[in-house]
Amino acid sequence: MSDTHSNTVAYVRDSMLPEATPPLTEVGAIRWLRENLFSGVLNIILTVLGISSVIWIVLHIGPWFLNAVWNAESLAECRQILDGATGACFGVIKDRWHQLIFGFYPPSAYWRPTLAFVLMLVALAPILFAGAPRKLFWFSAIYPALAFWLLWGGTIWFPIIAMAGFAVGYLAYRVTLPLSTLAATIVGVLATILWWLYLTGPISNMLSGALPIGIMPIRSDSFGGFMVSTVIGVTGIALSLPIGIVLALGRQSDMFLIKTVSVGFIEFIRGVPLITLLFTASLLLNYFLPPGTNFDIILRVIIMVTLFASAYMAEVIRGGLAALPRGQYEAADALGLDYWKAQRLIIMPQALKISIPGIVNTFIGLFKDTTLVVFIGILDPIGLSNAIRADSDWNGIYWELFGFIGLCFFIFCFGMSRYSQYLERKLKTDHR
Amino acid sequence: MSEAAIERQIDRSQMQVTDEVAIQISDMNKWYGTFHVLRDINMTVNRGERIVICGPSGSGKSTLIRCINRLEEHQAGKIVVDGTELTSDLKNIDKVRSEVGMVFQHFNLFPHLTILENCTLAPIWVRKTPKKEAEEVAMHYLRKVKIPEQALKYPGQLSGGQQQRVAIARSLCMKPRIMLFDEPTSALDPEMIKEVLDTMIELAEEGMTMLCVTHEMGFAQAVANRVIFMDQGQIVEQNEPKEFFNNPKSDRTKLFLSQILGH
Repeated sequence: MSDTHSNTVAYVRDSMLPEATPPLTEVGAIRWLRENLFSGVLNIILTVLGISSVIWIVLHIGPWFLNAVWNAESLAECRQILDGATGACFGVIKDRWHQLIFGFYPPSAYWRPTLAFVLMLVALAPILFAGAPRKLFWFSAIYPALAFWLLWGGTIWFPIIAMAGFAVGYLAYRVTLPLSTLAATIVGVLATILWWLYLTGPISNMLSGALPIGIMPIRSDSFGGFMVSTVIGVTGIALSLPIGIVLALGRQSDMFLIKTVSVGFIEFIRGVPLITLLFTASLLLNYFLPPGTNFDIILRVIIMVTLFASAYMAEVIRGGLAALPRGQYEAADALGLDYWKAQRLIIMPQALKISIPGIVNTFIGLFKDTTLVVFIGILDPIGLSNAIRADSDWNGIYWELFGFIGLCFFIFCFGMSRYSQYLERKLKTDHR
Repeated sequence: MSEAAIERQIDRSQMQVTDEVAIQISDMNKWYGTFHVLRDINMTVNRGERIVICGPSGSGKSTLIRCINRLEEHQAGKIVVDGTELTSDLKNIDKVRSEVGMVFQHFNLFPHLTILENCTLAPIWVRKTPKKEAEEVAMHYLRKVKIPEQALKYPGQLSGGQQQRVAIARSLCMKPRIMLFDEPTSALDPEMIKEVLDTMIELAEEGMTMLCVTHEMGFAQAVANRVIFMDQGQIVEQNEPKEFFNNPKSDRTKLFLSQILGH
């Protein structure tokens, strides 16, 4: 019927063709393989090479994982169980995981850092996700004092009185505000600092004498492991962003003094290795502090790490500021917005969005740099791996410990990276 | 230099120039470094005037209107806007800026905010208008510039002409008494120029005091009550549009007009 049309000009189709399946080479997995792996001679060679190297690696590392020993009290026992075969000895992680996480923190108080960590996630929720309840911001605001008290213990009055410093500063700011905004800001900051330096100690001592509420104090030298990395890393991250913003704005300021101080600070801190700053924190600072003062070593390290990251952060944010067209500043000015409102509502939201990759880069760098504290005797995970090896039970174990530490760092850093990608997608409004 | 023909009938019933002085500029001078951009500018703008400023590029016309809301600082002379003298006093500057609206060549909308948020931002944060009221005002002006349906989009999703109309609405939301236009149509495609000019004509019909830096001579002839020609940082000639176009006095003006109208 339908084959008659080839030699006639006029043609009417009298039967419709059913839908046919495409040839096998054009669908599904086969098509994907053809397009992605075997599309040409070079690609075939590369695919074969790639697959063979993956197989080679798996063949060599596979047994190490498959034969892994989890139940062993020492390296010697591990080797005995393995009996000459290749195999990992993850027994060390099972045996010492609490040390890798908490260091030499008293086991009876493990609940404190654990609780602080869980509460940290709660405190972070409203900052990281717009969907979280706004009231949680109040919890985020008091969280630093709460975490300090949970980790270091002691009287509850100290963190409360320290937090009151902010209220004192705000009060001083409000009282002097009619004079001038600049003067009020300076007075507010000064009042807070003076409160911390001279009043916080005596007042909290007095209050704890009258009303002793507190938990067992734990000194910094028993801190260790990922707890220390997290405390230093998270505090550094949380503080370096605002300080970096202030420094970046300072560097762009028209006021000579502010500009000079900002540029000097940034260039100095960036030009010095972090390890130098850490040694300064651990050794030299004692010479400058009044004799007898006991300024917590971890707090000192946090200050140095924060300053270091802030300098980098300032430059990253300055890049974002420079990328904004001048028209944005002019439009904000022309609408009558003052400097701070323009910064808060127009400039910073855009500049920070542009700088997200750089900011997260700095965060990840900071977090990994916390391992440098091992050089000043703080037992971070790397320091603990040395301590664990110093025990004759585990003398000679490297791969398993470093692998585990590396994996934990990777999870943290990869999480930050994923979050930043989510944020970039969410904030994308330019439709380019 | 595109020239959109102004076809519509202009309603002149509310276009009235009053005796009240809106802007007074006397002996104003400005330098960029050692370059003397504005030289001895003297100019009075009465309320209700619609002034078009034209001139070759680099003649200082944009700088002149940017001095009026202090986006540029003048170094000598005096500028009084609505009775407030522009000095380094920040309070005066903020006061003038909230009274004077400005529309830019490149729109300068805030790309991270929706159209509605662009329009309500300044009323909420500068005028302290409650959010709901600010949104109502914004929608009123967005209807006026004929794009209320775009209110929840972002600037990047709009065409150039639409963005410029949003920019005009954004300025109007501050209820300014004076509007400055800095080459509002020169970054637009020809078919979009008309929609922006229409919006500007409507504004003029309502009696708004306007200063426009523009090369749209059709607009100048239809709406302006005065055309100012600038060259090398000076006001070379000013006249009412008919006289200015048909009977220019200075050679420099004649040359300029022949260049922009002669094709």
